[in-house]
Amino acid sequence: MTDALVIRNLRVRIEGKEILKGVNLTLPKGEVHAIMGPNGTGKSTLAYTLMGHPSYEVVEGEVWFKGQNILELEPDERAHLGIFLAFQYPVAIPGVTIANFLRTALNAQRRARDPEDKGIPIAEFRKLLKEKMALLNMDPSFGGRYLNDGFSGGEKKRAEILQMAVLQPEIAILDETDSGLDIDALRIVAQGVNALRGPNLGVLVITHYQRILNYIQPDVVHVMMDGRIVESGGPDLALHLEEKGYSWVREKLEGDSVLA
Amino acid sequence: MTKETPEIVVRGRRRESRALVKTFTFQRAMVRMAGLSQGLRAFREQAWDLFESLPMPDPKDEAWRRTDISGLQAETFRLPEPDAHLDLAPLDENLLSPLAGEAHAGQVILLPGGVRTDLDVSLRAQGVVFTDLRTAERDHAGLLEARLGKIVRPNEGKFAAMAAALAHTGVFLYVPRGVTIEQPLHSLLWGPGVGLAHISHLVIWLEEGASVTYVHEYASPTEEGGQTLHVGLVEVYVGEGASLRFVELQSWGEHVWNFTHERVRVARQGSVDWVFGAMGGHVTKNFAELDLVGEGSSGRMSGFYFTDGDQHLDYDSQQNHLAPHTTSDLLFKGALLDRSRVVWQGMIYVAPGAFKTDGYQANRNLVLSRQARADSIPGLEILADDVRCTHGATVGKIDPEQIFYLRARGIPEVEAKRLIVEGFFDPIMQRIPFEGVRARFQEAIQRKMQNLKG
Repeated sequence: MTDALVIRNLRVRIEGKEILKGVNLTLPKGEVHAIMGPNGTGKSTLAYTLMGHPSYEVVEGEVWFKGQNILELEPDERAHLGIFLAFQYPVAIPGVTIANFLRTALNAQRRARDPEDKGIPIAEFRKLLKEKMALLNMDPSFGGRYLNDGFSGGEKKRAEILQMAVLQPEIAILDETDSGLDIDALRIVAQGVNALRGPNLGVLVITHYQRILNYIQPDVVHVMMDGRIVESGGPDLALHLEEKGYSWVREKLEGDSVLA
Repeated sequence: MTKETPEIVVRGRRRESRALVKTFTFQRAMVRMAGLSQGLRAFREQAWDLFESLPMPDPKDEAWRRTDISGLQAETFRLPEPDAHLDLAPLDENLLSPLAGEAHAGQVILLPGGVRTDLDVSLRAQGVVFTDLRTAERDHAGLLEARLGKIVRPNEGKFAAMAAALAHTGVFLYVPRGVTIEQPLHSLLWGPGVGLAHISHLVIWLEEGASVTYVHEYASPTEEGGQTLHVGLVEVYVGEGASLRFVELQSWGEHVWNFTHERVRVARQGSVDWVFGAMGGHVTKNFAELDLVGEGSSGRMSGFYFTDGDQHLDYDSQQNHLAPHTTSDLLFKGALLDRSRVVWQGMIYVAPGAFKTDGYQANRNLVLSRQARADSIPGLEILADDVRCTHGATVGKIDPEQIFYLRARGIPEVEAKRLIVEGFFDPIMQRIPFEGVRARFQEAIQRKMQNLKG
């Protein structure tokens, strides 16, 4: 399966402490997978590690995409390959407008794929940005604001999805995109993600709550606990968790002596 | 008859034991007198006496203790001969294109030992003077004489006295009462060469209700084989209700040692928008003062700088509120690379009786390399009641999380840093309504960031 993100036995440490203890997961393009789990089980560590954050130390394992072990690539090279992370806590870049930033990012990706590329013409870029902002119910003036600077929680998350819409990745990891959103904002963000779904995009939705999955229907749901994927199933697994809570999984695991 | 005395060599371990700056070799005969009016001659002679009697800056002085000038090769500098520019690096013609607006109302190009001037005829007919110092001395002696040395006095320091006595280049801008100049004025001091002393004196005088935008630039290529000196005075008077937008850009070569004393005095209801941009020079020490002497006067000072290599830039700014209802607003922002060093020392002074004053000063530095260093020293001295004064000073680095965020979007590390640096400067660029000035600085950012390693 070459058109998939394949994570094999991924073990990751941060500040000497092992957080991921052998994660295995295959995300084919065209599918939406959810990773659910209680706080502190390593969900965000997985997201950051896939994107190449320098604080996370890979102890063992491989992550394959398009015939490359992406763990050997720099973060920008991973982005060029089509990997995207919607951050849980996007950082502010004061003085840099969303439009300027996105055009710089888009052109950097185009150049990485084709060194001869002259960059997207400004008029074409404006049209693209306007189109994608409309998709996310965003005011056109949003493009002139400084990136994440003084944004509300909802604006930050919408800006992340806007970036995803403009950059058109092949694998998108949404790290707790639902956190801090009210129901209206969540609906808009989910609509944006759904509009981008298609055979050429694989999505990994990382979440603590089942709520977002009412709006973004997953094909597969994984449960993560203590640094491992401990359970995988169809969409009803999420509903089951919602009903019974994570203790149900924990008890089940202890019963099976998996965590012995 | 000479008597030989044994020479005692002491190897000092401490820096203070090193020899201080060697002396300049200028002589009284170099003070220009020929053909000058009585008043101008007297001014220069007095200035020369001061230059001779005043000591070199003492490294123990608060104003000088962060700027080491012991490496200045004072004995090597000579004044440019007439037509000296013909044998030196030619003027970079790109510097002549308009920095503000579409076209210039007038332009003064100052070359070593030469000059080119141009002024719109209708302005000339209205009594506007915009010309080089020597032409002004000859053709407008009365106007000039009454204004020279009135705002910055030659006794303010060794370099101020030197410039007053020896200035051989400069600009005189005089705008009569009520005259508004729509198009900007532009002047350029081109200072190529090695071992030369470019000594300049700018006098800018706006009478009541006058209005003008003026861009002055100092520039030279970087040259090998020695140092070049620029010493300058900038004296500005903004009359009652007058309005001046004044931009100074400094892109000296990296062998240039640059010392200036500058002051703007603003009368009742007058306003000045004063912009400093510094990209070049080896060592710069700049004293810039805003004197709000008239009730209701206001001044804004905006500075941007970007240093790299061994550059050293030292700004001493003073916002003096000397009358009630005066407003000042200073924002200086800069980035530092390599081993460069920046000092900003600012003071807001509010005189007794200057009530309802609003003073603001902020200095923000972005340090981009481990060896670079910025000192940011704000100060307030308030002797009046019912005033509002605020200040802020920061020295920071790029947050690695910002770099990771941008890289996660496919932007390579060096470009990510450049974007963050440009963003850092954006608030100060917003204060500069001249696209050409902004473009010039952005080019400098691009050029300097190219040397930045990932």
